[in-house]
Amino acid sequence: MSKPREKVMTIDEVVAQLSDGMTIGIGGWGPRRKPMALVRAILRSDLKDLTIVSWGGADVGLLARAGKIRKLVYAFVSLDSIPLEPNFQRARQNGTIPEVVEFDEGMFQTGLYAAAQRLPFLPTRAGLGSDVLVNNPQILTVTSPYADADGAFESLTAVPALRLDVALVHLNRADGHGNATYLGPDPYFDDLFVQAAGKAFLSCEQIVDTAGLTIDTPVQRLLISRMMVDGVVETPNGAHFTTCTPDYERDEKFQKVYVAAASGSDDEWAAFEARFLSGDEAAYQAAVAAFNQEQA
Amino acid sequence: MSEFTRAEVCAAAIADAFKDDGEIFASPMGMLPMLGVRLAKLTSNPDLVISDGESLFLAGTPPLFAKADVVEGWIPFRRVFDVVAYGKRHVMMGATQVDRHGNQNISAIGDFARPTRQMLGSRGAPGNTVNNRTSYWVPKHGIRVFVEQVDVVSGVGPARAKAAGPGASKYNDIHRIVSNLGVFDVHGPGDTVRLLSVHPGVSVDEVVAATGFALAVDGEVPVTREPTETELMIIRNVLDPKNLRDREVPS
Repeated sequence: MSKPREKVMTIDEVVAQLSDGMTIGIGGWGPRRKPMALVRAILRSDLKDLTIVSWGGADVGLLARAGKIRKLVYAFVSLDSIPLEPNFQRARQNGTIPEVVEFDEGMFQTGLYAAAQRLPFLPTRAGLGSDVLVNNPQILTVTSPYADADGAFESLTAVPALRLDVALVHLNRADGHGNATYLGPDPYFDDLFVQAAGKAFLSCEQIVDTAGLTIDTPVQRLLISRMMVDGVVETPNGAHFTTCTPDYERDEKFQKVYVAAASGSDDEWAAFEARFLSGDEAAYQAAVAAFNQEQA
Repeated sequence: MSEFTRAEVCAAAIADAFKDDGEIFASPMGMLPMLGVRLAKLTSNPDLVISDGESLFLAGTPPLFAKADVVEGWIPFRRVFDVVAYGKRHVMMGATQVDRHGNQNISAIGDFARPTRQMLGSRGAPGNTVNNRTSYWVPKHGIRVFVEQVDVVSGVGPARAKAAGPGASKYNDIHRIVSNLGVFDVHGPGDTVRLLSVHPGVSVDEVVAATGFALAVDGEVPVTREPTETELMIIRNVLDPKNLRDREVPS
């Protein structure tokens, strides 16, 4: 019997598919289920001038601190339990992200939908009257061809398609072909990210065989189909220090250390980098394990 | 020594902001709004639909930050956006700044191109304010929060919504601003912020002095109602036995 192609690859093989100046969408939501192992691999690479599209958390903070971002498209950047992301704040206040596009968070979804549906734009009310349209004069309005009940022709925000060169997402389980399930409370928008992208790479906690995906999991949790995916990487604890419910929750202790270092002196940040970010993913996970042992 | 605290007055005032909403999704952002919404659900408006702030509609009304007992629905972020557009929602957000025209800022302080202080980003404020009823909670009323003009318009007040046309104004509904000093709406002259009541022990002059713009004040300003015995019992024994409310609004 013939089988669909295998797409299992390594973290480095994913990063080899990326190039300078690309537009990269990062799945998850704020400090939740972010493909952090892939983000860390970008930090280690020579990649530069990236356009990052993200409902942001530490993914944006880390890439901003490393000077990887030429343009950022976001609706917020937050660590939730610690509302303000210090590396993002610092980058904005120092003016080190050359271009920023701040969306409303629902409008961001509308832009991904437009890209996923190969439309130039989709209309929404979000943005109208706000400084989202003032600070982004490239975002225009469109007038409805249909009269409303009062005979008025409403003008709506024409959210441009958020087309991505590459999407990076992290799910709980996947097979080697790219079918993947989320086991936590929320799919976030990972299905939209992969459909809005020219290429999509999926990291996961565990690769299982296809039958294993639904053995104890309702089929409705199969969020992503292999036809949307170009590569699959197994990265256990790969969303750390964001949530990957039910495999693990956010590492709040680690997040506090990250925030302290990012908010501190250059030396404090350098020490954090040296301890956690100077090696490969295995070195990172070993450093995190040692950190957790210290904390226990 | 009064028999109730300022935080308890605020919780009751927030509850009142939701009492006439009927069967809609009440979305409180932050601790006092969550307390107020749950108080409303247990008293004036049992039809409110509430969530755990994550992805579940809760059938019961658990204490602050407690896990769900019975679940009555699923509300992941994508469905929150659906409900925003559907309109059956009342969100109470925070505000780094609110201005005379009821515009709100949670994005950045200073020039947007190079802010002196980067905040969260606009989050859902632009979409909320042109789609569903929106209120604001300000735990520390002062001239740095209540400013003549916000630095970045995240949440859209009625005057700007009207200027942007019917697409923006049709569902714009800025309902209440509740602060630690008083309760406000945006129905002053020219769609400006108006003082509706001052909390017990607060004078109108005090509120005016703590507000960085000309506040609309119509004649005699009433005092915000005191929380009832039942409300105090629910707040103290059921919803917030650890008294988290006093940390946000010290007495």
